[in-house]
Amino acid sequence: MNSLRECQLLKPHNPPQSVRRLDPPTSRTNNQWFTMRVTSTVVARGRAERGRCVKTPVFLLAIMTSIPVSKLAQVPDMRGRYGPFGGQYVPETLHRALAELEAAYEEARNDPAFQQALDELLRTFVGRPSPLYFARRLTEHAGGAQIWFKREDLNHTGAHKINNTLGQALLTLRMGKSRVIAETGAGQHGVATATACAHFGLPCVVYMGEEDVRRQAPNVHIMQLLGAEVRPVRSGSRTLRDAINEALRDWMASVETTHYIIGSVVGPHPFPRIVRDFQSVIGREARQQALQQWKRLPDYIVACVGGGSNAAGIFYPFIEDASVRLVGVEAGGRGTASGEHAAPLSFGRPGILHGSFSYVMQDDDGQTCPCIRCRRGWTIRVSVRNTVIGKKPGAWSTPTLRISRRWMRST
Amino acid sequence: MTRLAQVFDELRAAGRKAVIPFVTAGDPDLESTAKLLEALAGIGCPILELGIPYSDPIADGPVIQASYTRALDRGVRLNQIWPMVREVTRRISSPIVIMCSMAIVHRVGVSRFFQQAIDAGACGAIIPDLLLEELPAVAEEAEKYRFPLVQLVTPTTPRPRAVQIAKASRGFLYYVSVTGITGERQQLPVELVQNVAWLRSQTDLPIAIGFGISSPEHVRMLAPVADGLIVGSAIVRRLERCSAGQIDQVLPEVLGFVRSLIDAADSKSGSGAGPSDTAGAADRACSISKNTPQ
Repeated sequence: MNSLRECQLLKPHNPPQSVRRLDPPTSRTNNQWFTMRVTSTVVARGRAERGRCVKTPVFLLAIMTSIPVSKLAQVPDMRGRYGPFGGQYVPETLHRALAELEAAYEEARNDPAFQQALDELLRTFVGRPSPLYFARRLTEHAGGAQIWFKREDLNHTGAHKINNTLGQALLTLRMGKSRVIAETGAGQHGVATATACAHFGLPCVVYMGEEDVRRQAPNVHIMQLLGAEVRPVRSGSRTLRDAINEALRDWMASVETTHYIIGSVVGPHPFPRIVRDFQSVIGREARQQALQQWKRLPDYIVACVGGGSNAAGIFYPFIEDASVRLVGVEAGGRGTASGEHAAPLSFGRPGILHGSFSYVMQDDDGQTCPCIRCRRGWTIRVSVRNTVIGKKPGAWSTPTLRISRRWMRST
Repeated sequence: MTRLAQVFDELRAAGRKAVIPFVTAGDPDLESTAKLLEALAGIGCPILELGIPYSDPIADGPVIQASYTRALDRGVRLNQIWPMVREVTRRISSPIVIMCSMAIVHRVGVSRFFQQAIDAGACGAIIPDLLLEELPAVAEEAEKYRFPLVQLVTPTTPRPRAVQIAKASRGFLYYVSVTGITGERQQLPVELVQNVAWLRSQTDLPIAIGFGISSPEHVRMLAPVADGLIVGSAIVRRLERCSAGQIDQVLPEVLGFVRSLIDAADSKSGSGAGPSDTAGAADRACSISKNTPQ
């Protein structure tokens, strides 16, 4: 089977001619591409802040590259590979823990009691299913597709992160480990991990870049109220990237008793797979809700891509629906040059970071570049917490989704 | 026979153990690193380990991380490191082993990286984030150049896997003394000697122990079971406050410390190794004058 799924990354406005277009490593002559325009303010403007993480989720790479649709639902392979991506690039010290985690997860996945316990938590503790909501005013404003939000912001802790942390906390108990560590950027994953740990009575340490601790003080406070210890990370760029490094270093020393709950579709195998699977509840629900409410599937699913957990979560259950177009939106920052954006899928290249092979922003020496992305808040409202689902009203010649800054401010 | 194997053979024949110092390339600057490497070879370090600075090291503790950050902040690039290594390897006989993250090796290109390292005179490489599972493709390239890739065994490695790793390793086998990251430790795990002794019974490859070794006592404890002892953070820490071009100010202290380790390694029973045994160290000097390079 050679037809490929499409995944269009939204570029910052007017990329200069010199910028390399996104070129997956292999030919995709049969792939249909379409252009979707989002008013540049959302992805490309705003007060820029330096030094955010630049990792690209492994799972999305599989969609973008030449893996046939029939195989996509089966990634990763036995070696934790999504096509050429993924894998394990970690020190030997962590090998045994990753092997144990893989075995424990495989066992849990096939254990109805585990699934039942998780489903019960998602229903009674998280408040799932989250609604599929029709954004009437935004639809009118944009004047194109019907726009629906999958309201992950209505979950307990206010984001989709809790879907994964509860699943991994259950795994922690199953593996007989007694301590949890996590990394967090803005604090959503940290709060979700602290919440899951508080629920199960597990001690929890959250690594957070010093810059983020300063910027996201309310989330730090919530984590502390939930009994978690927040450790500011002062190395490197003092942001998410370094928080992940520091959590991995903690794990190197504590691996016998500690589980590391990663919140994004990054890190060594089996983490990307575990996060994707626990987050796919978003897509499974959305698919079911669409079929119930509209008696059909959406035409487009638009998800923002940072660490990729929400995107992987909503995309994955739609992989085999050839009619549904999956669109990932990356943070455009203020330009297309290295260090001016946070869009490794659009402007990065394949490389190794944080234990796996994926698209990264590296210089020619393999050193990770700093990056910039728009101020949080403007992007979060439409895309981090909610995934936008577009439903085509009749014929739609030029798919255009416009989300203006004015509208963003007014919500 | 590779240069590394030759050195270990010579050491074994002489009944000696190698103290292998680790230094970061470009901390405080490349000229200083060159001076330091030459001086270390000069006082009798038979093998040297050179760390290529990386922006996101996972296995390294705060001291080595900070040295990487300092080097990168000063703009140290691979294409500046290789000429420095070439200069140094021309002047010393002790082989240099490169410690480098797979992120860098991949970016440069596996084959090209090995070529560059060999052209610079390096005698082997340690890629700490390359697991046995990912090794074959990389090792195949290295074999083409007969360039030894040193593999690591850790306390968390199950024994059957340790045997497999030993089989895949070339040059020597790196035993990681602790479950954790690099950095000085007051005490090393009690079962360490026993574990290394077991590994010794499984392979003929020389075994070097690293992570946490920071005092002559550690060296005395481990010298009987190992062929080499790798010391990193304890050396790198002594360069922390050294600014570019000022290496001469800290060199005596660093060399004095490494000498004390060499003496401890040579003391066998662990008694009578005073800090004054510098004459013996000087005898072992390779082709370089001691601690005052030009």
